[in-house]
Amino acid sequence: MSRLFAPASGLCAIMLAATPFVIASAPYESTMGLVQKIFYYHVPSAWLMMLAALVSGTSSGFYLFNRKLSWDRIAVASAELMVLFGAIVLITGPLWGRKAWGVWWQWDARLTSSLTTWMIFCAYLIVRRFGGIGSEKLAAGLALFGLANVPFIYVSVNYWRTIHPTTNVVPTLPLSMGGPFWFCALTLLLLYILLMQLRIRLEDQRKQLDNLYLAVDR
Amino acid sequence: MRSFFRVVWLVLRKDMTVEVRSFEIVSTTLFFAVSVVLFFAFALVKEGQPPGDAAAGILWIAIAFAGTLALGRTFEREGKSETLRALLLAPCDRPAIYVAKLLGMIGLLMAAELILVPLVALFFQAQLLDHPLWLGALLLSGTLGYAAVGTLFAAMLARARSRDVLLPILLYPITIPVIIAGVRGTATLLDPAGEMVMVRFWTMLLIAFDAVFVVLALWTFETLMTD
Repeated sequence: MSRLFAPASGLCAIMLAATPFVIASAPYESTMGLVQKIFYYHVPSAWLMMLAALVSGTSSGFYLFNRKLSWDRIAVASAELMVLFGAIVLITGPLWGRKAWGVWWQWDARLTSSLTTWMIFCAYLIVRRFGGIGSEKLAAGLALFGLANVPFIYVSVNYWRTIHPTTNVVPTLPLSMGGPFWFCALTLLLLYILLMQLRIRLEDQRKQLDNLYLAVDR
Repeated sequence: MRSFFRVVWLVLRKDMTVEVRSFEIVSTTLFFAVSVVLFFAFALVKEGQPPGDAAAGILWIAIAFAGTLALGRTFEREGKSETLRALLLAPCDRPAIYVAKLLGMIGLLMAAELILVPLVALFFQAQLLDHPLWLGALLLSGTLGYAAVGTLFAAMLARARSRDVLLPILLYPITIPVIIAGVRGTATLLDPAGEMVMVRFWTMLLIAFDAVFVVLALWTFETLMTD
């Protein structure tokens, strides 16, 4: 673990604590008002959820073909964070949807594909936990297939009506909203990186402990 | 290449011989599929009238459920006297074993569909047989995609502890596109105002799914099945 970890986590804690004030300082959006402020958490979490799924899927692929345990550690750490950030997205989304659309849930392309991709990674964690011996490889196969599945899920659910705001909202944000938005995005990205490091280290230590047990048994 | 297809044929023939002598998987799967359709009939048919567009969904759910059951049973049989290990130890292309198992599964599911389609048409008063070619294309491409993913996961799970629970947990999230495309395509076929363009779109989506996942499965089967 790098020497930067302690100062970086301190910085991350301060930034996290500051986000509510930064968000409060942003102006109200003209039509949606207060509920729009949930975006400052919702959108960056959704980005990180996609990033985590991508990292987990590709490192699973690498693990399957070169069998280096370090890839597997990255995959499992990122899969857990995918489920974590996915949970944030799937909780904050309906809270906003209830106010903006009048319903908690819509069978919209983006919502449905997020939910199903999230379920694939939940299945990944379940397999790792309860699959018994050899479940790492099984889970890696699942993550790889899950990643290959994302475009299909997206296309197939896209043929339902899409009412979710599109991605071109973010680059056109005025500075008064863009500033807080990018601040939140940066904070959550830092949180993701730090949690990844912690989680990979935990996995490392578990492996070492297992090896020590085996050495004593022998 | 010839030896590849020879292995496929030999494994397939072995599975068929075992099956013909016991009829275990065929009879349990067919019976289960029919009971699923009956359950849906009891749950949805009100005062003798089936709901408007439920037939497509029920058909595909019955196929998916019956498929899960059959997939679990096929590899359980291979696990019993370690015959899966024997198969994998055989000096031949491992993907050939996968292809043989996949073809067996498709054959079984198509047999189930031969019973399910008329049954759903009968119980839910659906005009399923109006476009037999399109329906056949949807069913074949959907079954191939479902079985391609299912056979791989069932094979991997053959040695896992709680495989019966884990198979649907792995299989259902991955095969969501198959179910969506199959149900939407079939529903469009059943709809008198449905456009054939959309049926073609869903069939194409299923074929693309099949291509990607068969290639991925062939590519990863050897790695995933090695200890």
